[in-house]
Amino acid sequence: MSARRLLEILALTLAMGLAAVSPSHAVQPGEVLQDPVLEARARALSEGLRCLVCQNQSIDDSDAPLAKDLRVLVRERLTAGDSDDEILDFVVARYGEFVLLKPRFTPHTWLLWLATPVVLLAAAAAIIFAHRRRNLATEGPKPLTANEKRRLKRLIGEG
Amino acid sequence: MIAEVGHYALILALGVAIVQTVLPLIGTRLRDPQLTAVAVPAAQAEFILIGFAFLALMTAYVTSDFSVANVWQNSHSAKPMLYKISGVWGNHEGSMLLWVLILALFGAAVSTFGKNLPRQLQANVLAVQGSIAVAFLLFIIITSNPFMRIDPAPFDGEGLNPVLQDPALAFHPPFLYVGYVGFSMAFSFAVAALIDGRIDAAWARWVRPWTLAAWMCLTLGIAMGSWWAYYELGWGGFWFWDPVENASFMPWLAGTALLHSALVMEKRDALKVWTILLAIITFSLSLMGTFLVRSGVLTSVHAFAVDPERGVFILAIMGVFIGGALVLFAWRAPLLTQGGLFAPISREGSLVLNNLLLTVACAAVLVGTLYPLALEALTGDKISVGAPFFNLTFVPLIVPLLIAMPFGPLLAWKRGDLLAAAQRLTAAAVVSLAVIIVVLALHQNGPWLAPLGIGIGVWLIVGAATEIAYRVKMFDASGEEVWRRLRNLPRAAYGGALAHAGVGVMVIGLVATSAWREERIVALAPGGSVDIAGYQLTFKGVAPRIGPNYRERVGTFVISRGGSQFTVLHPSKREFTVERSTTTESGIHNGWRGDLYVVLGDQLKDGAFSVRVYFNPLVRLIWIGALVMFFGGAVSLSDRRLRVGAPKRARTKAAMATGGK
Repeated sequence: MSARRLLEILALTLAMGLAAVSPSHAVQPGEVLQDPVLEARARALSEGLRCLVCQNQSIDDSDAPLAKDLRVLVRERLTAGDSDDEILDFVVARYGEFVLLKPRFTPHTWLLWLATPVVLLAAAAAIIFAHRRRNLATEGPKPLTANEKRRLKRLIGEG
Repeated sequence: MIAEVGHYALILALGVAIVQTVLPLIGTRLRDPQLTAVAVPAAQAEFILIGFAFLALMTAYVTSDFSVANVWQNSHSAKPMLYKISGVWGNHEGSMLLWVLILALFGAAVSTFGKNLPRQLQANVLAVQGSIAVAFLLFIIITSNPFMRIDPAPFDGEGLNPVLQDPALAFHPPFLYVGYVGFSMAFSFAVAALIDGRIDAAWARWVRPWTLAAWMCLTLGIAMGSWWAYYELGWGGFWFWDPVENASFMPWLAGTALLHSALVMEKRDALKVWTILLAIITFSLSLMGTFLVRSGVLTSVHAFAVDPERGVFILAIMGVFIGGALVLFAWRAPLLTQGGLFAPISREGSLVLNNLLLTVACAAVLVGTLYPLALEALTGDKISVGAPFFNLTFVPLIVPLLIAMPFGPLLAWKRGDLLAAAQRLTAAAVVSLAVIIVVLALHQNGPWLAPLGIGIGVWLIVGAATEIAYRVKMFDASGEEVWRRLRNLPRAAYGGALAHAGVGVMVIGLVATSAWREERIVALAPGGSVDIAGYQLTFKGVAPRIGPNYRERVGTFVISRGGSQFTVLHPSKREFTVERSTTTESGIHNGWRGDLYVVLGDQLKDGAFSVRVYFNPLVRLIWIGALVMFFGGAVSLSDRRLRVGAPKRARTKAAMATGGK
């Protein structure tokens, strides 16, 4: 398949709003661990690991051979008794930060993680500020003084 | 010959679009009614010309004219007719042609049905629409011409990617594009208002139906794509937080916010400046979606740098329109007068909260989508931003919005009574709590947040019903009075309540299928069986079958429950000979509890087949919810006040006769 053709298929699929071009078969019967607790951990870990040769698919959903290798690797480390963090460290050491679908909070992702809360606070502050300013700008009529109230009462009484 | 005529029509359309942009703008400046009036026939001519070009391309596809390069690359003589037609927009060049066709359709609609618009506004709107058409027609003619010939003509075409040969996907792009491009109407109205330096409540009344129609189509388009992914990709996923999905989801979020802020502007003459800005933002996000998808920048920043012609062109279009509109906004917005005041606790206040949460949620999606691209371009570091990021940033913004949603319609304009609204919602709260407790009792070891999610869905549905009940005085007035009020309630009120209830339906589906999905991955030899969610599946074997342009191996699974057989599923693997690729067709049984979903995998070494079986509880509610939202929008759109479009009562009948649907 030529690069141009590939690009077009991608572009099209992109237009379709979905990226996973190939149908996936993902986890194969032979891979499943006997211990259900370990298997559940393996699935949870797999969902957070990216299939490196696919578009935004986790290795849990992908049928690419590389994804299979990673799934088996995760399960090997699990049976060897590694903790979840140790396994993630191990995978990142081998394949780089790119493999994590949830980027770690490091200096080069500070902006990524903090942008949303900062935008929320800034927008909320802007709304409060705009509201205050408008209230000041268009203050309603001042309440009547005691004197005026007395006069008003007298006038109504007379009317 | 037909291709050349199509090509020529496209170039003529470019000329007409230039006229449509320039003359009316001069006309409105000089107050020359004749120049101003050019906008109307120009917009209609532009639509006819682009429509002709589109039909020319479609003819080439239908007749399998492989001397046209675009047809050769994306079609094949053995392809079913439906996919020959959908192949027209199933590729870059054709989809851009569809894009401008829809743009011209909206322009023609404004010029034909917009007779009750002030001449000046109509001309300016059509001029802005025309300028967008100029940019995209240039883009097509210079970088993406669908009418290129090849000589000698190949004997047969290369075919269309098989996963795209699917009915839902055939109609997914047109709906998505009507949504994207429909927001150009809000944009053009916003820019026209800025050019005029004048805006009032009537403006919002004209903009709302267009935005609503665009929003409805975008809702349906996104839902179709998600539905397709669910049954076609073979593992029952429906949303992946993929950049291309996000590209369509961001305009949806901003458009939803725009619908609500335009409501405030129409009813209370407030939030004008913000509504204008939001209209610009919404269409900018649509343009950005087009850029992300069309430039190849998502495949990799590197690929974009290697073949940047198209990408740079769209980037320039984005720069001109977004930058230009924002500059115009900064310059002219201070001229717009501020409208009605309101207290923080009021209908307006609740809609401001809606806008705050929706736009920040949209910003979260934007950051998550663009950050990896920006980081790679600037530092070369590659990171991935996937579902876990969006679950942590997007979901916490949306949950408060969902909880607050039933309160909004129960608050009065200007100054509302939160306590009174809360009292009216007591029944909804009680029902939701009861549902939460029941669900907790049924799933004692399940994820503990899930029952709360189901509770929120129920809260939204009962809350929407409460609004209608309250407005017709269901429990306070006589039956006759309630009936009279039910009939007199504006359709927009029903539409809004339906759309809100649709969100609730969708939430229930999302939560249930995410939390309680069951899965079995087994190797089955013929005769073997597997149990899931009370069903028993027995594998009967695999048989070959020949389709129109594929060969397939069809598995047979007999499904029984409580010992009695009640249906047979046929998942298959299709091999498309021309395209040399395979697709997986899942076997799905739709029960009232959820979907039983069977996927046939490869044959293993010992002769058994790898089989994956899922039970997806209540999963269909996701798309039923989207349909309810769409239907809510349609009901609202049929409201007389929106249909007539203008506040001129005297002209109502005439406008309905000529312009109404």
